[in-house]
Amino acid sequence: MGLQQNSFLKMEQLIKEYPPLRGFLENMNLPLDKITLLPEEYFRSLDSFVLEETGLGRVELQDLFQSYLQHLQMIKEDQGSIGSLTLWGGQDKAGKPEEVHLHIQRGEIVCLVGPTGSGKSRLLEDIEWLAQQDTVTRRKVTIDGNVPREELRFSSGRKLVAQLSQNMNFVMDVTVYEFLKMHAESRLMKNIEELVDIVVEQANLLTGESFGKDVPVTSLSGGQSRALMIADTAALSVAPVVLIDEIENAGINRSKALELLVSRDKIVFIATHDPILALMGHKRLVMKNGGMIKVLERSEKELEALEKLQMIDRKINEARQLLREGAKLESLF
Amino acid sequence: MKLLTVCGPPSSGKTSVITKTIEILRQQGLNAGVVKFDCLTTHDDALYEEKGIKNKVGLSDSLCPDHFLVSNIEGCLRWGIDQGFDLLITESAGLCSRCSPHIKGVPAVCVMDNLMGINTPKKTGPMLRFADIVVITKGDIVSQAEREVFAFRIKQVNPRGKILHINGITGQGTFQLAGLFMEAGDIRTLKDKELRYSMPSALCSYCLGERQIGEEFQMGSGKKMVFDEVK
Repeated sequence: MGLQQNSFLKMEQLIKEYPPLRGFLENMNLPLDKITLLPEEYFRSLDSFVLEETGLGRVELQDLFQSYLQHLQMIKEDQGSIGSLTLWGGQDKAGKPEEVHLHIQRGEIVCLVGPTGSGKSRLLEDIEWLAQQDTVTRRKVTIDGNVPREELRFSSGRKLVAQLSQNMNFVMDVTVYEFLKMHAESRLMKNIEELVDIVVEQANLLTGESFGKDVPVTSLSGGQSRALMIADTAALSVAPVVLIDEIENAGINRSKALELLVSRDKIVFIATHDPILALMGHKRLVMKNGGMIKVLERSEKELEALEKLQMIDRKINEARQLLREGAKLESLF
Repeated sequence: MKLLTVCGPPSSGKTSVITKTIEILRQQGLNAGVVKFDCLTTHDDALYEEKGIKNKVGLSDSLCPDHFLVSNIEGCLRWGIDQGFDLLITESAGLCSRCSPHIKGVPAVCVMDNLMGINTPKKTGPMLRFADIVVITKGDIVSQAEREVFAFRIKQVNPRGKILHINGITGQGTFQLAGLFMEAGDIRTLKDKELRYSMPSALCSYCLGERQIGEEFQMGSGKKMVFDEVK
């Protein structure tokens, strides 16, 4: 629905189409009994006492309402997907030019490798900020081959990068259902009930300990929380780029988690030195002294190595299970 | 000199955000100072001192801290100019969530943190609603969904504010904030400037030190709650 059509809609029709508008009016202490009017008439009908409480003039207030409406419209129309992202080299900590650039398509996984302090966080910061040679690294980010529009930088509705790390916890005092519903509502999504069920189902595929939608999010175990965060990010987050930091010991099926994100056409960055995770990436970006050193493409030989590593991984898990059961490890190999 | 007002609920990360941003500004050869407004006591002067940031503390004591701020802001501006700052930042806590130190024509920043709960933006009032820049902190310890919902709720209160996510510990995002700070215009005087929102009308006997409870001790502006009568 375009802005043009909106100007013929009454307040109540707009609220029906964009439910968060109601909250906007409530936050401003504006009356809800006059929403049968057109916006123009509605704002004209407000008395001076109500206006004074908002601290805004009639015209300013209506403008603000229109800005918010536009913001909601943007959330609704924007699917947040991007085709590709290119990161153009700038300079490292010593001011040495970076000779590489990184081109990533949606559905691709890129692993970041390099010691602590090699500049991984700064790189992700550049992506999040859509750097245009205006950060210390002098890097530049283009989306689908173009310089991104300025408003992308500050608009929370279009946040480009979603982050997942070991340190993140749920802090809201709500159930899994309420939590997912709230997130979906903030994206102005329809079919919320259905979406919630899908996300819970996906999350349960990632964790060994299954959970229902009526438990409080704060009572989920570490593995369950991580699983829910990943399933939620895949399905409901606006961000087309997902950054994962150190989920080595998260207690979830990491391969499935990555598959889920990629299946939603996300671009996934993962900072890891876990060989199996690292080899799941299509590309590997090597960082050193704040700079991008090189981009490695995963080779056929490496794919073979991945299979062997996965076999070893299964053996180790098997051994762990045997230990748990109080068995001997003699028949492992 | 550039002037900015930074406010936000207690413990939201104002001092960390300001300190990290000033460190970035310094790297660019700029000299910034801080005036910290607080009510009873503050430890922040020591934190600024530790980082070598020139600062001045104003304790409002028995007065409303925001009334105190407005009454002293011109003096602060003169002090900042005398000190030769390129940029002066005022920091205040907006303790009752009703006040706002923001001045028309002076860039206004509000710092909120992700741990406050999703209903906090709604309750925060003018200091959030009239901010040009909203900084959200502590995003590194909550889930992506909570960050998104929190930012959404902030937009619902302040649709035009620029939202920046900042990590007060690592300083992630302060480079961008420093850039926005530098967009502020130069200010020589605050004469004829106006607050963005009125201060609360507080002029009753309790403002003047009355402690006794009871109808006969209440004078000045008052407001009574309405309760349902039991039949």
